[in-house]
Amino acid sequence: MTHDQPLPTLPGTIVAIRRHRRLRFLPIAIAAALVVSACTQSGGGATGGASGGGAGDYPNRAITIVVPFAAGGPTDTVTRLIAEPMGKGLGQQIVVQNVAGAGGTLAAGQVATAAADGYTVLMHHIGMSTAPSLYKDLAYKPLEDFATIGLVTEVPMTIIGAKDFEPTTLEELVAFVKEHGEDVTYANAGIGAASHLCGLLLQNAMDAKVTEVPYDGTGPAMTDLIGGQVDFMCDQTTNTTEQIKAGEVKAYAVTTPERNKALPDVPTAKEAGLEGLDVTVWHGLYVPTGTPEGVIQRLSDELKKALKDPTVVEKFGALGTVPVAEDQATPAAHREKLQSQIELWKPIIEEAGVSAG
Amino acid sequence: MDLLANLQLGFATALSLENLFYGFIGVLLGTMVGVLPGIGPTATIAMLLPITFNFPAVTALIMLAGIYYGAQYGGSTTAVLLNLPGESSSAVTAIDGHQMARKGRAGPALATAALGSFVAGTVGTLILALFAPPLARIALQFGPPEYFSLVVLGLIFSIALARGSAIKALAMIALGILFGTVGQDTYTATPRFTFDTRELYSGINFVSVAVGMFGIAEILRNLEDEKTRTVMVKAVGRLLLSREDLRRIVGPVLRGTALGSALGVLPGGGHILASFASYSFEKRMSKHPEEFGNGAIEGVAAPESANNAAAQTSFIPLLTLGLPAHPVMALMAGAIIIQGITPGPNVIVDQPALFWGLVVSMWIGNVMLVLLNLPLIGIWVKLLTIPYRILFPAIIAFASIGGLAINLNPYDVFAVAFFGVLGYFLVKLGAEPAPFLLGFVLGPLLEQHLRRAMIIAQGDPTIFVTRPISLTLLVLAAIALAVAVLPSIRRKREVVFQAEED
Repeated sequence: MTHDQPLPTLPGTIVAIRRHRRLRFLPIAIAAALVVSACTQSGGGATGGASGGGAGDYPNRAITIVVPFAAGGPTDTVTRLIAEPMGKGLGQQIVVQNVAGAGGTLAAGQVATAAADGYTVLMHHIGMSTAPSLYKDLAYKPLEDFATIGLVTEVPMTIIGAKDFEPTTLEELVAFVKEHGEDVTYANAGIGAASHLCGLLLQNAMDAKVTEVPYDGTGPAMTDLIGGQVDFMCDQTTNTTEQIKAGEVKAYAVTTPERNKALPDVPTAKEAGLEGLDVTVWHGLYVPTGTPEGVIQRLSDELKKALKDPTVVEKFGALGTVPVAEDQATPAAHREKLQSQIELWKPIIEEAGVSAG
Repeated sequence: MDLLANLQLGFATALSLENLFYGFIGVLLGTMVGVLPGIGPTATIAMLLPITFNFPAVTALIMLAGIYYGAQYGGSTTAVLLNLPGESSSAVTAIDGHQMARKGRAGPALATAALGSFVAGTVGTLILALFAPPLARIALQFGPPEYFSLVVLGLIFSIALARGSAIKALAMIALGILFGTVGQDTYTATPRFTFDTRELYSGINFVSVAVGMFGIAEILRNLEDEKTRTVMVKAVGRLLLSREDLRRIVGPVLRGTALGSALGVLPGGGHILASFASYSFEKRMSKHPEEFGNGAIEGVAAPESANNAAAQTSFIPLLTLGLPAHPVMALMAGAIIIQGITPGPNVIVDQPALFWGLVVSMWIGNVMLVLLNLPLIGIWVKLLTIPYRILFPAIIAFASIGGLAINLNPYDVFAVAFFGVLGYFLVKLGAEPAPFLLGFVLGPLLEQHLRRAMIIAQGDPTIFVTRPISLTLLVLAAIALAVAVLPSIRRKREVVFQAEED
């Protein structure tokens, strides 16, 4: 065996490779390139492209949208769907970067301290408004450290029960919970998750306490609900619609003021006799405070256009949701939503005595 | 025959030029990312997800699935050659696989991994085609108490992972469990052992631990002394399996496949147990348990088969019920949702081409993987001839990039370094990394299911013995414990016997 075998390519060993005659490790080279490209953040990127009115030459390089949750989840999917048309409109590549952890506060904290130049954008959902109440020492203040760009979508939620769980309507469910109290189990996807928040609101509305069973995410929670290990839960239509249609779980109500197109037979909570249960998983885009007005306006305009893109509308439909109305995809409407949601959740979370550290 | 018609549909779908091509791209990419420690299938699939938006649904799924099971193949390569496991499954392969490589038997070790994976993949796919819906129903019988009992059984069984002292192995399992608790608690969201560092809220990443404890620690140990440097192997023996090797791996491959197929179906973490459990099982079954840990070919065949079989059958909950068993499956679900198909119980009926096309493509993919991997063995083995002054820095660079690529979290790289040093000192103290890793992986599962079961039962511990499946598993665990403890009581007698034979 000779010593002049080629090496797996890595940035750190590129020099070593040049000394070798043949490069037989092309596959590794490709994979390594993949890695490097994954590690590349907004820094590099292409040059050129369109310039926006009132925003100087913005954007003249790639833009990063930070997603505070793992790839493949609903928030990630929503982001990737709008990133494509927005990138086309902006004439620049948009890199979607997942910074998961600590209920989304890790990503928000990173973006809060990023350069306010419009090249680092945060996608966040309802968790943006609950974090100040859930986390004691949050390193950022949602209203002060971020400028809003616009709302993206409001994903409705559904209250669902195990197939063999006794109550068949929301009215019966309320009565059953009032009678059996903590013998009834409610599955959620962990503290601060949409399913947890809906559960808090639901218990408030029913004026009764149930036993909450936290899971690491909605997938395992749904598995145990279908298996009849827990009694009921409340989750995004994205996760529940197919299971409802297939009869694996029963639906009690949707949590929006209107019925859902995909589930026309499921009543709204209000129709079923439960007031005060209006909750959606709303998503919006943010940039750090101090970002130039022109840049914010440019991003907001491109967001509006992206939300009208037929592919986006179609794929959102597959997720059981719709893009927000045009007047909601604005900085002002988004800011109002954020403010009112922070005020809504504060007392509910404090009363429930939950904290995420 | 329904099945024949369905398979025909599957072949027609999977053999289209486009699907064959992307299936091949998938397994090729999978093999490559599997070879690189740290760049697991999750990261790759996440990166490639947007590309698949414009594919037909079945093509997207075929390619992404190819990456997943291709990575299971590739993951064993660096585990065997460099002691760098990139996945929990290949951590077990590293134990005996790397010992084989040190003895100049890297070729047979890799060939065993490839053949075992192929057999397991074929059987797993067949099970998927024949029994997916009923198996998924059985899997749903497993609730928190059942999973808890299953993990208990797995932990007790796996004390066999240790080569030396059982006390040290237990200590390592306990230490692993402790490190597994780092991060935010699911139930109360209380941060544990995070030292006010939000980067630690999601816990310590498995890849960082495995790469540090195995790979980096190995390098440190090798640097101690010029003469005992053993990452490189002087002589690389024959590349393929001898008849004797084949005879020895038939049983382990089949048993590993059976165990892996069964555990893979369980969405609550069964696939994680597969390779650990099959390794321990083989060690218990073996007439020469002392060979395990010192380069037993069975110790490569069993976990590799189990792990690949589980990779196939873990598609069952997703495809039949729309329930993703682990993060890779969740990504896969995301890919189908983007296509306008929401994974759920109706997919088999509404989208037969999708289901059967994917099933058949998995088998074709497994054939491709064998054809791809067997010739590559010769090339991989040559990696070992790279001089250490180049190889060692390269491994460390690989490990660090792998750590960073997981979540772009610098703490994952710090963890690689930390566990490298920790692993080094533990090896010096005669404690092994495998039981540590086992505790690290299974500890959180144990805690989660225990607490969930207790919450559901409102604090009544009899839930574990009043549910029949849970009770059965606990009884098996008790028997396994008895079997494990008895020999140490009888050890004196055995030593006497051995002395007489000598």
